[in-house]
Amino acid sequence: MVPTMYYLLLAAVIFAVGALGVLVRRNALIIFMCIEMMMNAANLTFVALARHFGTLDGQIVVFLVMAIAAAEVAIGLGIVVGLARHRDTLNVDRINLLRW
Amino acid sequence: MEWVFFGLFGVLALVGSVGVVVSRNAVHSALFLLVNFAATALLFLVLGAQFLALAQVLVYAGAIVVLFIFVVMLVGNETVDDFVARERPWLRWAAVGFFLVFIAVAGYSLVMSGWEAAKGLADYGAVERVGAVLYREYLLPFELASVILLAAMIGAIILAARTRPPLGRPEE
Repeated sequence: MVPTMYYLLLAAVIFAVGALGVLVRRNALIIFMCIEMMMNAANLTFVALARHFGTLDGQIVVFLVMAIAAAEVAIGLGIVVGLARHRDTLNVDRINLLRW
Repeated sequence: MEWVFFGLFGVLALVGSVGVVVSRNAVHSALFLLVNFAATALLFLVLGAQFLALAQVLVYAGAIVVLFIFVVMLVGNETVDDFVARERPWLRWAAVGFFLVFIAVAGYSLVMSGWEAAKGLADYGAVERVGAVLYREYLLPFELASVILLAAMIGAIILAARTRPPLGRPEE
């Protein structure tokens, strides 16, 4: 049986790669994908620890996170489409309407 | 046996996540995201969470990635002059430094805390048992999630469907 630690390490690395993507990329869509990936890594830690402690509570949390992620994607992609329509760019450095 | 599957699917998930970050084409990023999600679903299966593996495939791989690909096609697959603006090249190295520090701290603390023994009950993640817990002890959060989904649905329709003059430009 693989120790829980390795699952947690894997999830931490995936999370860090996602955070790196958010910091390095400028395309709003790709940043959004990286956020989804980070959420997924957090889900992996929840499931690994649920098995570690032999309870189902972690799995319920993951189920709820999935529901929230679906809602977030619907809203976020709506915003991205609106952004592309109004500003003709997805570069987050160009989207600075609120800056003075 | 679990080691083999863990290694295989773990490497697959890592390759997917790195691919999302490094590929210049947004469609390729979405497909790498699919690889990452599918590998995570298989890891869930290895961890004995059958219901969540199924939900992962349905929700993430089925709905979310398809939505992403739709939007990439819709807004045109423009290759934004990506990877941080040229006037601030140090920003990229700062991000990589943050990445390394995060990995080091997380790895050190995890190794030191030593999550060794796993109890692992037999087929405790089957649909039946998850459903029983979900509808008995977690009924209110479950209902709240459905309300949030409804709100998101209405919000997305309002965001996408309303036609109005573009922001910041004079009306004709």
